[in-house]
Amino acid sequence: MIDLAEKVLKGDVRAIARAISWIENNRPEKENLIDALFPHCGNAQVWGITGPPGAGKSTLLDKIIEIERRKQKKVAVIAVDPSSPFSGGAILGDRLRMQSHATDEGVFIRSMASRGHLGGVAQATSDAIKVLDAAGFDLIAIETIGVGQTEIEVVGLSDIVLLVLVPGLGDEIQAMKAGVMEIGDIFIVNKKDRDGALKLRAEIEYVLGIQFADYPEKMKPIVMTAASMNEGIEELLTVTDDYFLKISMNRSLQDKRKTRLKSEIRQIFTQKVSAHVKQKYDFENRLDEWVDAVYKKKKRPYSLINEKINLFLRECNWL
Amino acid sequence: MKKIIRILIAKPGLDGHDRGAKYVARALKDAGYEVIYTGIRQTPEAIVKTAIQEDVDFVGLSLLSGAHNELFPKVARLLREQQADDIIVLGGGVIPDADIPQLKASGIETIFTPGTPITDVIQFIEANRERVSR
Repeated sequence: MIDLAEKVLKGDVRAIARAISWIENNRPEKENLIDALFPHCGNAQVWGITGPPGAGKSTLLDKIIEIERRKQKKVAVIAVDPSSPFSGGAILGDRLRMQSHATDEGVFIRSMASRGHLGGVAQATSDAIKVLDAAGFDLIAIETIGVGQTEIEVVGLSDIVLLVLVPGLGDEIQAMKAGVMEIGDIFIVNKKDRDGALKLRAEIEYVLGIQFADYPEKMKPIVMTAASMNEGIEELLTVTDDYFLKISMNRSLQDKRKTRLKSEIRQIFTQKVSAHVKQKYDFENRLDEWVDAVYKKKKRPYSLINEKINLFLRECNWL
Repeated sequence: MKKIIRILIAKPGLDGHDRGAKYVARALKDAGYEVIYTGIRQTPEAIVKTAIQEDVDFVGLSLLSGAHNELFPKVARLLREQQADDIIVLGGGVIPDADIPQLKASGIETIFTPGTPITDVIQFIEANRERVSR
């Protein structure tokens, strides 16, 4: 295991790929692996790229990689696509649009299936970011699955969120709603050559204008692009550079990263506690028994669980 | 929990007929595998780099142009050179029976020719599940 961590730190591609698989498959060794890599994390910029299906996230990313590579930056991509709720399988097709970088040593692209996780990314995404960060990539881009209105988990994983929108999906009331529309740090109107692109821009401006009426300095940038024609990408990257500079200077980057750690630690804690308690009760095997009792109305759901939990706490001498 | 098998479906060379590859990709998704699809006109080098980055268990190559004798063995050779020959390579497409023995000798584990039921492909993958559970 330590061996694998050392190889990852040296940037060995096979080791990086294998490490991500360990995380995806939730192998017990992953804990030591992540702990071994963790001291080396924190150097990469993490970008979240999100937006509805077909907005052009992968194509945009393809062009971003091209320009970042000219600046000699090493770029890694985690591209998340949905797993089938029926078979558990997945078609991971995002890298199709980025395949021109397949033989570039400075680019690492990994497709990741959501495996039932609902927030627009996979359970494994946050630890996979750590692997890539420790391996020395300068920029790590997380491409979410095509999102609807509530898949916003990427905001907790990234330093900056690029929200990619396209004309034709609704009026400004859609843009005012809670959820995805609130998480963009930079708004991108892609496919700007299409009808309705200027209208969409005006709608976003209108909505953000209301939101930031009292703090115009916090107004979020809107960039028009046509990724497939390679238009607007340089401008976008100037905007992201400025944004990154700004959040580094005013310490909101540090705050974001600390918040990220907080939710990770909370999650690990909750998972571990829950796993221990479940094991103690042989939960998965006895669940049917409990369901049966509740179904037949011999037990009530809250009293049953409270009874079991109290029993557990008493055994631990906590009560 | 059973390990989720990852498979790269790739089309090397200049042949743009991808209906078969897409059919197989889709069917393998329905069988519960994670399928990475890279599209047409891939070089063997790009396929091998992709297979390694994606840490796949199998690479399925599809070719209908007749260049299989050149391109399939090259993928297998490049994988060996990268010490990644634990990845199992299979081929499919319009491949004459006479070419199959030499393809197998070059490191392609099996060849599926036109008309093969998809269940044969799934059976092959399941029969090799132990080998890839590392």
